[in-house]
Amino acid sequence: MILSVNGLKFKYPGRRVLQDIDFSVEKGDCLAILGTNGVGKSTLLKCINRILKPQSGAVYIQEDEIFKLSRNELAQKVGYVAQKHESARLTVFDAVLLGRKPYIKWDASPKDMEVTRRVLKLMELEDYSLRYLDELSGGELQKVVIARALAQEPNILLLDEPTSNLDLKNQVEVIAIIKKVVKEQQIAAIVTMHDINLAIRFADKFIFLKNGTIFEAGGVEIITPENIEKVYSVPVAVEKFNNIPVVLPL
Amino acid sequence: MKQEVSAITNSHQTGLYQQYTGRKKFVILLLALLTAALSVIAINAGSMNVSPYQVFMTLFGQRSGISDVVIWNIRLPRVLAGIIAGAGLSVAGCVMQNNLRNPLASPSTLGISNAAAFGANIAIIVFGAGSVQSSSADAVIINNPYAVTASAFVWAMVGTLVILLLARLRGFSPEAMVLAGVAIGSLFSAGTILIQYFAQDVQVAAVVFWTFGDLGRASWKEVAIMASLVILSIAYFMLKRWDYNALDTGEETARGLGVNVEKVRLEGMFVASLITAVTVSFLGIIGFIGLVGPQIIRRIIGADHRFLIPGSALMGALLLLSSDTLARTVIAPVVLPVGAITSFLGAPLFLYLLARGYQKR
Ligand SMILES: Nc1ncnc2c1ncn2[C@@H]1O[C@H](COP(=O)(O)OP(=O)(O)O)[C@@H](O)[C@H]1O
Ligand SMILES: [Mg+2]
Repeated sequence: MILSVNGLKFKYPGRRVLQDIDFSVEKGDCLAILGTNGVGKSTLLKCINRILKPQSGAVYIQEDEIFKLSRNELAQKVGYVAQKHESARLTVFDAVLLGRKPYIKWDASPKDMEVTRRVLKLMELEDYSLRYLDELSGGELQKVVIARALAQEPNILLLDEPTSNLDLKNQVEVIAIIKKVVKEQQIAAIVTMHDINLAIRFADKFIFLKNGTIFEAGGVEIITPENIEKVYSVPVAVEKFNNIPVVLPL
Repeated sequence: MKQEVSAITNSHQTGLYQQYTGRKKFVILLLALLTAALSVIAINAGSMNVSPYQVFMTLFGQRSGISDVVIWNIRLPRVLAGIIAGAGLSVAGCVMQNNLRNPLASPSTLGISNAAAFGANIAIIVFGAGSVQSSSADAVIINNPYAVTASAFVWAMVGTLVILLLARLRGFSPEAMVLAGVAIGSLFSAGTILIQYFAQDVQVAAVVFWTFGDLGRASWKEVAIMASLVILSIAYFMLKRWDYNALDTGEETARGLGVNVEKVRLEGMFVASLITAVTVSFLGIIGFIGLVGPQIIRRIIGADHRFLIPGSALMGALLLLSSDTLARTVIAPVVLPVGAITSFLGAPLFLYLLARGYQKR
């Protein structure tokens, strides 16, 4: 077990968001978190990454309670991509190199440079190395921030709607890359997504959130018209195409 | 074959990146050389003519006669004070702008200079540390400069602590710090006005004279204190350069990268304020360098703090030193207030760069 979330409860001042969240993730898992806008998907990822402090409950990463780790130790284990990205007057190379920050003591080591170059190549960003972030398109920037999280060489990737700005080709390619990294390096990825069909292609485990708690969790078998209708309040049909379920709104 | 091609691309990429960082290092080196060259000119300039040869001889220990005294005791401390104060104020502005995520943040916009000025007012007017004597050089003489410096420093630090404490209530959010800084600054300005309203003309004259920043106030002792502080601070800022880069990409991302955002911000603001407090207490108010120094260099070499921090320091040194040299020579023997010259030099340069936009790569 690489991550477990036990009895997590979180509220913003005056607004209850999450309660009774219990789940765990194994090495090599790709977990998709699904639910309507505002249900608390981003909040859940931030609690796992200690950006927010839950009111009760605990998160364990490989046996360590996250509040017992220093921020830097946590950043060596968890790579996080936020839903919103801010661009800065930094080059793509330097932005991805920042993913090595948890490992850098005084200056970037040859290994840090090497990892950065490898990730840039993996994400097909080599030609962008010296472009400035504030001169990139939304999709290009999204690839850069994912590359930065990969450069952290984390055990767990938390990706908050990582494909929302990508075109069809890049959506498919980026999730394929993430999936490959997860399987090859035996890490885990937790991803929130709006596109259920993309989530089905990507993930092997799913969690439906509803009213701030887990409505249903499991493998692809939980992607049923009944569950989706209850979570999203939209009637859908689920058909098989090449043995992969496809969700069609009616 | 395929392997080979990718190896070539890889080394090509590496080369390009080294070229790119090399260019930034070159700009920094150029600034350092310019500052050094300007220092020699600045030591030369003045009512007593000294040849560059004499300057070098003096600097390298071959002391001789009166020129030695002028160079060693008057001009050299002044030039060094310009370099150190310029570097300190500019690097403080650079870190404030990053920490507060606000391009307008600087030592003078955040009320710390106002607090120092208030302290000087208290010392000169309330405790009578200043009085007027007719002297051929200056119409006004401050009797007890140490009391004024101490009071300015203490009040600047009081201002800093109040700003940080107020901001703490809101989790050190950048907005809270900026707003607290502006509010505290205007509170101190109001206090200054009230004190001056009830003061005698001569006291007001003394305190206004103090407020005009003047590098000539620094002797070797002040230079040594400022130099140690500024060097230590730049070392500290350089240690945090990766954190500052991470902060530029957003607060949550920075946390995700292992940055303890509140701590980095609190320490950064404290050190930057300390530099401001010390410089202003020794030299008086020198505005604009802290705002414009980092902005100019940011437009030339980008926002990477590995280069931006040393670049800001050198840019500030160069700006203040050239302003002071101009202030001393333009209508010599009258020495103009350096703060005014700084704005005359810095503002057009800044506006030009603003209009031109960012330099490519
Ligand atoms: N900083 C905040 N303060 C108060 N409420 C917030 C804050 N951020 C998000 N919320 C609320 O918390 C709920 C969950 O938000 P979020 O986790 O972002 O939803 P999503 O599932 O769309 O990612 C929403 O109702 C949102 O309005
Ligand atoms: Mg969200």
